[in-house]
Amino acid sequence: MSRSYDRALTVFSPDGHLFQVEYALEAVRKGTCAVGVRGKDIVVLGVEKKSVLQLQDPRTVRKVVMLDDHTVPPQGLTADGRVLIDKARVECQSHRLTVEDPVTVEYITRHIAGIQQKYTQSGGVRPFDCTKQSRVAFTANAIGRSSKTVREFLEKNYKDDMTREESIKLTIKSLLEVVQTGAKNIEISVMEGYSKVTNLELSEIEAIVAEIEREKEADAERKRSRLAATAAGQAAMASRADTSQSSGQ
Amino acid sequence: METSFALTGKGYVIVAADTTASRSIVKMKVDQDKIKELGSHLLMAYSGEPGDTIQFAEYVERNIRLYQIRNLYPLRPAAAASWVRRSLAESLRSRHPYAVNLLLGGYDKAEDKPNLYWIDYLGSVVEVPFAVHGHGKHFALSLLDRYHDPDASLEEGLATLKRCIDEVAKRLVINPGKYKVKVADKDGVREVEI
Repeated sequence: MSRSYDRALTVFSPDGHLFQVEYALEAVRKGTCAVGVRGKDIVVLGVEKKSVLQLQDPRTVRKVVMLDDHTVPPQGLTADGRVLIDKARVECQSHRLTVEDPVTVEYITRHIAGIQQKYTQSGGVRPFDCTKQSRVAFTANAIGRSSKTVREFLEKNYKDDMTREESIKLTIKSLLEVVQTGAKNIEISVMEGYSKVTNLELSEIEAIVAEIEREKEADAERKRSRLAATAAGQAAMASRADTSQSSGQ
Repeated sequence: METSFALTGKGYVIVAADTTASRSIVKMKVDQDKIKELGSHLLMAYSGEPGDTIQFAEYVERNIRLYQIRNLYPLRPAAAASWVRRSLAESLRSRHPYAVNLLLGGYDKAEDKPNLYWIDYLGSVVEVPFAVHGHGKHFALSLLDRYHDPDASLEEGLATLKRCIDEVAKRLVINPGKYKVKVADKDGVREVEI
């Protein structure tokens, strides 16, 4: 019955839902996973890169884009993302022209959110299916496919004031929860200060992935030996109990 | 009174502009920077109607930056000159045209050579080996005709520039005094002392 309220954007359903907006959020969840982690003086953005088709030029699939000297990973359908990104880029330069100061991240987020909101309240348009309309500051967050899993992982493993290495490692580790195929499907972008944005090379990412694998192996090894030790202990106790039982007759 | 020079040499372009900001008989500021750095290898010296100059120069700066961010690739000097020329030409036929003269100098990384463009407020653009805007042109152009060498080293280029500056100081009624000198070469843009 409530389906009939999902055609037009500007109509509330009887139980207070804006279905078109919720469908848009669904579209976001279908998108590739993106993770952001804030360390002490650094922000690391990690994005899952879908496998490129054989004939496709991998350089043309960019998920982490420059807005000004800031970067942002878009979500959902790429076409919608591109429109928003262009509007944001123009706004960044316009802001610089008017007040001679670069935009703060907060300002540009507010601006993008405002544009997205406009598209949820006008007739004849549909919402952008990129990132949430509400703007909340996070120290670490994940969006897109399997974001719930990744967010839970981040909640368990996030520490305040992480160094550059720790932040990057955490970002890659959390993405690996989702990206089974490893380093070649991960893109990492590191921001260490104004206009100090670096994209990690594939070899660097592979090195960190290898390190994470080694640590996992070491952990698994320790667990195995602990289990073996307790099992041996239990077996020893059981056999002692047997012998004492039989001798205590 | 506002004077700007520019000349090309072997693998570089020098752009120099005086640093005085004055109105009528008063020198308000003697350390004004009138050379905008439009990109990693692009310089633009501006002169003309006060107010129009900064307005237009900043507008150019922001749009060139927007292009670079959108396309992940900076505009080459020739393309930037075309863009600037078109903006000026469009403004000419509008209600209030910008009265700005420009010298656009840059290093083209794709072809590995320096480029220099003389642009005036009517929207004319010419590519030249050396150029001057302002009253100083009456004295400097003939000197540059005589002493400019397109294969000169940076030191020789700066020496030629010094000749022009000295001649203007000697003969122009209002001497601009200090100049800001910037160089664009394959390593980017930087300020130099002469």
